[in-house]
Amino acid sequence: MSVSNLQIRKDGRLRHFLSTEGLNRGLLTEILDTAESFAGVTEQSVKKVPLLRGKTIVNLFFEASTRTRTTFELAAKRLSADVLNINIGASATVKGETLLDTLRNLQAMHVDMFVVRHADSGTAHFIARHVLPHVSVINAGDGRHAHPTQAMLDMFTIRREKGADFGRLSVAIVGDIANSRVARSQIHALNLLNTGDVRIIAPRTLIPSHIESLGVRVFHDLREGLRDADVVIMLRLQRERMKGTVIPSEHEYYQLYGLTEEKLSMARPDITVMHPGPINRGVEMDSQVADGPRSVILQQVTYGIAVRMAVMSMAMQQKHSQDGDA
Amino acid sequence: MPEANIKISAGRLIDPRKQIDDLLDLYIADGRIAAIGAAPDGFSADIELDASGLVVIPGLIDLCARLREPGQEHKASIDSECQAAAAGGITTLCCPPDTDPVIDTPAVVELIRHRTQQAGAARVVTLGALTRGLRGEQLSEMAALQQAGCVGVSNALKPLASTLVERRAFEYAATFGLTVFLYADDAALSANGCIHEGQLSTRLGLPGIPQAAETVAVARDLALIQQTGVRAHFCRLTTQHAVRMVARAQFDGVPVSADVAIPHLYLSELDTIEFGADYHFIPPLRTQEDREGLRKGLISGTLSALCSDHQPHEPDAKLAPFPATEPGASGLDSLLSLTLKLVEEHQNLLPDAIARVTSGPARILNIPYGDLAVGRAADICIFAPDESWRLDEASMNSQGKNTPFRGWEMPGRVRYTLRDGQIIFTGETS
Repeated sequence: MSVSNLQIRKDGRLRHFLSTEGLNRGLLTEILDTAESFAGVTEQSVKKVPLLRGKTIVNLFFEASTRTRTTFELAAKRLSADVLNINIGASATVKGETLLDTLRNLQAMHVDMFVVRHADSGTAHFIARHVLPHVSVINAGDGRHAHPTQAMLDMFTIRREKGADFGRLSVAIVGDIANSRVARSQIHALNLLNTGDVRIIAPRTLIPSHIESLGVRVFHDLREGLRDADVVIMLRLQRERMKGTVIPSEHEYYQLYGLTEEKLSMARPDITVMHPGPINRGVEMDSQVADGPRSVILQQVTYGIAVRMAVMSMAMQQKHSQDGDA
Repeated sequence: MPEANIKISAGRLIDPRKQIDDLLDLYIADGRIAAIGAAPDGFSADIELDASGLVVIPGLIDLCARLREPGQEHKASIDSECQAAAAGGITTLCCPPDTDPVIDTPAVVELIRHRTQQAGAARVVTLGALTRGLRGEQLSEMAALQQAGCVGVSNALKPLASTLVERRAFEYAATFGLTVFLYADDAALSANGCIHEGQLSTRLGLPGIPQAAETVAVARDLALIQQTGVRAHFCRLTTQHAVRMVARAQFDGVPVSADVAIPHLYLSELDTIEFGADYHFIPPLRTQEDREGLRKGLISGTLSALCSDHQPHEPDAKLAPFPATEPGASGLDSLLSLTLKLVEEHQNLLPDAIARVTSGPARILNIPYGDLAVGRAADICIFAPDESWRLDEASMNSQGKNTPFRGWEMPGRVRYTLRDGQIIFTGETS
């Protein structure tokens, strides 16, 4: 069974949302369009639609998260679903119950959807292979592999800022590509949406091998990589990586790869500045840039709710038949 | 009935070491090979095995098989795996020291010997620990281990604390003429990796193990092998570059040999595309180029043995997200067939392939098996070359059913296995 088969039903609709890789342009566009229709809902005073009334969604988080979990929870509630938040330290499964047992126990409580975050790459796929036919799985981040809803809210943000024609856009992703599940999902999504030019910018220690095979151009110089870019996405650099063998110091990283107004001047004047958060101010970017007029960092968070509503409702669409794994 | 006189008649008899490949009868008396061709004087057979249409070869020797006992009996036992080996035509298994407790005392060697005798199937030889507890710090009592029967020493997959410990361990092993069995891995470079570092590790976001983790270790080990003069063997190489390094060292007269594990000859990193836990191996499956390089090394003889790297698991060991699954595959059932398949794919000579699982490993282990010389213990595998079978849970004899070859059509079916002149397996005739 291929990854794409796992995610897509026989009739082409979304079954699970595990990775942007293996989906198609049509489905990604449908997610963005559906999110657009929900964006209005979240701005109304009564922010609820009854699409998932009676459904039970479990946020199964094996890794700490505030923003992602909260926006998933809000998205589910705005769709009128019942939501259960379960935070399990990754060690809990090691100690006793296996992941599969945890899953089976929850399924016995008639759950309809799992939103899963886990430190191991491949966890969402693993769970998707083992759930009952009526249960859907949304990947909320697995190891360094994928974080597809984050990538889609970034695509949504870009579309709102730049319009639907990705073909004429140059998008640069800057920072810790090697450890970033967000970057991988963004790269696949950008390429599926036919983005004209996808660039990554980082020192060699933060770029995984064979990254070109994903369809990106590699730059090591931020100024050069930003030249005429329409969008720049800054990735978070975890502080523990800055005093090891990856980066010599925060200072040097900021000097070379920190986004400042001066470096931004290389890009197109209307460049959109994005960051999946949380930001290390003064490391990945200057506060002036983060809070400046070209930054859409807070909009990204808001859009996150609409995009997650879209994905959840699409995966839970009333089925015409009880079709399981294709 | 160890005293039974057995005649194996009319089979195609292949002994790579003695370069025999002919239709010949073979006579067994007192558990040993009494004659080939004409019967010895006064021989009368108690049992005659009709081998017409079958191939008669030395019993297979598997250089690396985890038996899971002592320590992990929920995965398999010495009994279950020695029986499975016999069914696969294997008469000698080499067990690495990473049991629990570790093979670093004669008591553990004795325990394994005792359990093997009880099983009454394949023979087991053991590698002793190179360092105490495999912790990489303090030398093990190698002389005592050798006396207890260990045929070599190894630190299994565990790293040594320093190159100084490695040097001293090599020197001490060389004192007793013990071969050191090395797993070429630079632990700092492989870190917590679970897949080859390359296209797939990037795509799947899995921590990778670079090829340099192996080649750096081979370079370091070769330097210390030359420095100390110890006889050394590289276990289960995975990269074509390492094969070339070993070939060069052999050319220069360094006393070093190497082997490869069967899965690495058939699979590559690309097979992990779906996070399939059956493809989780340590050392990892490498690139397709590496796979071809390993095959070339095997054909040229740089790699003089082929092993199953048998690692039976309970089903739960593979039921988790990829990095959390246990690596390795159950391999005893398919060692002979996948060796024969290589002959098909390369139009190679059958005797050359058979050598890699008989005389090759015997020479590496320095044990008196793996050929059909008169006077040798009668370890023999008789198989039907034209029959095939399908690998699945039902056809596997190992307690571990974890295999990436599920559903494969396997050439060659074992008809009889004899160890020390005793029939330890009789297969069904179809």
